[in-house]
Amino acid sequence: MNEPNHIRRIAIAWFVLSAILTPIVVAVIAPTLPPGDATSAAANQLFDDTLLLGIVTPIAVAIIVYFAYAMIVFRRQGEPSEEGVATRDNRAVHIPWLAGTTVIVLFLATFGTVELADAGAGGGQGPEPAFKLSGDVLPVQVIAQQWEFTYRYPTYGGVETAHLELPVGKKVEFHVTSLDVIHSFWAPRLGVKADANPGVDNVAFVEPRQEMSFELRCSELCGLWHGYMFDTGQVVSESAFGEWIEEQKRVFAPATKALPKYSTHYFPEPERRAG
Amino acid sequence: MSEAVVKPLWRRLIGFNLLSGILLGIVGFYFGWWLGHQIHAPSLEYFADTNQNDVALLLGYLFAVIGFVAGLGFLNYPFSRMLGGPATQAEKEEGGVGRYFTLCTDHKVVGIQYLIGIGFFFFIAGMNAMLIRAELLRPSPQLFGAGNYLTLVGLHGTMMMGIMTSGILGPFANYFLPLMIGARRMAFPRIESLTFWLLMAAGAILMTTLFFGGFPTGWTGYAPLNDEANFGFDSYIFFFGLVGLSMTLLGINMIVTTITMRAPGLTWGRLPIFCWGAISTGILMVLAAPVLIAALLMVAFDRSVQTSFFLSSGGGSPYLFQNLFWFFGHPEVYVLALPGFGIILEILPVFARKPLWGYRTAVAGILGVALLSFFVWQHHLFVSGLNSSLRPFYMFSTEAISIPTGLVFLAGMGTLWRAKIRYTVPMLFCLAWFFNFFIGGASGVFLSDVPSDVATHGSFFVMAHFHYTIMGGLVFAFFAGIYYWVPKMFGVALNEKLGKIHFWTMFIAFNSTFAPLFALGLMGMARRVVTYPSHLQPLNDWVSVSAFVLGASMLIFLFNVVYSLVIKRIPAPANPWDSHSLEWQLPTPVPVENFERPPVINTDPYDYGVPPVALPPAPPAEAPAPG
Repeated sequence: MNEPNHIRRIAIAWFVLSAILTPIVVAVIAPTLPPGDATSAAANQLFDDTLLLGIVTPIAVAIIVYFAYAMIVFRRQGEPSEEGVATRDNRAVHIPWLAGTTVIVLFLATFGTVELADAGAGGGQGPEPAFKLSGDVLPVQVIAQQWEFTYRYPTYGGVETAHLELPVGKKVEFHVTSLDVIHSFWAPRLGVKADANPGVDNVAFVEPRQEMSFELRCSELCGLWHGYMFDTGQVVSESAFGEWIEEQKRVFAPATKALPKYSTHYFPEPERRAG
Repeated sequence: MSEAVVKPLWRRLIGFNLLSGILLGIVGFYFGWWLGHQIHAPSLEYFADTNQNDVALLLGYLFAVIGFVAGLGFLNYPFSRMLGGPATQAEKEEGGVGRYFTLCTDHKVVGIQYLIGIGFFFFIAGMNAMLIRAELLRPSPQLFGAGNYLTLVGLHGTMMMGIMTSGILGPFANYFLPLMIGARRMAFPRIESLTFWLLMAAGAILMTTLFFGGFPTGWTGYAPLNDEANFGFDSYIFFFGLVGLSMTLLGINMIVTTITMRAPGLTWGRLPIFCWGAISTGILMVLAAPVLIAALLMVAFDRSVQTSFFLSSGGGSPYLFQNLFWFFGHPEVYVLALPGFGIILEILPVFARKPLWGYRTAVAGILGVALLSFFVWQHHLFVSGLNSSLRPFYMFSTEAISIPTGLVFLAGMGTLWRAKIRYTVPMLFCLAWFFNFFIGGASGVFLSDVPSDVATHGSFFVMAHFHYTIMGGLVFAFFAGIYYWVPKMFGVALNEKLGKIHFWTMFIAFNSTFAPLFALGLMGMARRVVTYPSHLQPLNDWVSVSAFVLGASMLIFLFNVVYSLVIKRIPAPANPWDSHSLEWQLPTPVPVENFERPPVINTDPYDYGVPPVALPPAPPAEAPAPG
């Protein structure tokens, strides 16, 4: 019985491949991934993805190398009745495996919590956010209805606009709510996603770091024209934002007067059978 | 029924069978429809404008199901007992083709009924997927309007998630669980048959949504959109309610059978791993499905008699529906996955020619997944605005599921260690399962991490993830089971060469379809949209073409079925795989009573292989957790 040292072979293949692939994935591929780093929340998400990729890559290599090796080396080569070696168990494998997976899980959960504590990573956190963005913030209300978003700026006289513009470098506090069914406000490059529930004020934080235009859309099925509920938003310089918002206040002044007073939510009466 | 063979055909069609079931079902529907129009209250203000009477439709479905079940003969026995008739267990177990179209208490007949019935709905739901991908060839609507597109998406998702809950337990556990544990039947044979016919009634009812305008909610059916949906949504309610009922009964049957009907000597430590998969799935079904039924009942009341459980305008909460739905919905996805674990680990030792490695570990893994699956549901609501302070807990519990899943992987990897692998078609599907499920699991780690989930939630990334776990997991295991067990079920093996062509086409097309969806999701493609940014078109076209190839691979399988089972019919030996499992020791076809006398078990079914000569080197310890 001349059994080669399978473990050493697999370990070497695993080590070499992950030593090559992990840096490539982490340093070359990950930085190109969406959502990019144009805002604090997007950068936070990308950092998470990068770290997770860095952990998953060697694990994936280990699994694939092991299976590939086993499938080639441990295949039946001789006569049809050939049988494998009747090993049934090995405590020396279970314990390290269980310990390894547990440590990874504990690390991931801790790491995810720490990252989440950074203002909720752009996710909607409900009316009483557990993780806040401290300092001076610009509140922006996102009002979803079938099938469009409108925006109210309470610090600018409660003006309601048809498009979203944000000043660069300013911390933004989104208040997402809905007038009818559940929608979800998603701006991928902004790194913000928050469900819009009727009667609920769903708060999400973000700090845009560069001027850009970004796509935004509804990402929760909201009825017939869900596929068309999208728009483009802008992150502009502080002065351009100031001009734009004054323009909006002037244009929409009659409408603003007719609007209900700014509120965190507007108790809606959904019309039955609208869809 | 032995005299039925000599009767003329028209005479044989009369009686309690599928035909009378359908006829009584239709009669029942119109009775309920009529009744609903008699009792509806004028206070239902919308009715006058829209002519959509939910009460009538729901009552119609209710009486249709009662009529269908009565027509199939399910009420005969209870009534006969009430009138003092004798207690019997067997019904229509002897005799020809007729028993496949009626209430039959032979678990082997039910297994084959399930296989054909589920195959039918799997085909329909798969065709829906083809239509969806055809629509997504262009960034703006080409084939269907927005409404029809949403109905297609909803039908595909709902049918797959509903019917395929029994995709493995229905055909394979019903057929083989009693054989594996040395029993003559399931614990509740009439209930076993009822679960099948309820599922078929459910499928038919879901299809009728097309007559009532479809439904725009997808398979999740969130409130308050479900209240606003037109009355095609009542089909969804009734479909999922019946599926929930069928699941609950199936689960009870699995649990009771495994606990009470094991042959002498079949201790828990010798139970085949597939039975462990079946019993833990049964536990999930019994605990989760009633929650769904309750939630759907509340939706039905919201829609028909104007309660407001889920309407914030009336003091209810849409969050309540989301919580109830996912409290069912997350165990539900493990209802889909766990039987797959069982099949894979059952088949692996047969073709690796060595014992299942780490049996106790594998059982612990399966039970651990089942237990944890009840503690993770709010990861579907990470951006919903609900309980933001509980996010870290749900992040942890979700990631913790990778520990028991890792144990299942470890058992599989240990089984391959120093094996002598035979590359049969079932084995190929098993090995592909590990590949697919690893990708599904690893992408699940990204989704469980809240910051990463904010970027991918509700996008095609999620869709890629659950297709990797459900199609790559459940459906690959399903096909492994078909190729493995068909020789015992039908006495004829499927053609090996066609099977390999099927496997490779399906495996490559599957990965080529779903791997790009991860990228699409990251690039901002939301789920269930009929339009998308035009710069995503090349990737979408690639996915669509791959999906068509994936669909074509199913046609290769169908061709194989027709070619092997109908045209060639080369009889298979009783144990073609040289398996040591109990079901393969029986003759083909399996006698109605399975075993002449109860078998006595003195080992587990995995005593393959030669004893190790020298002390074997241990499997590698450096490979850490698969996601």
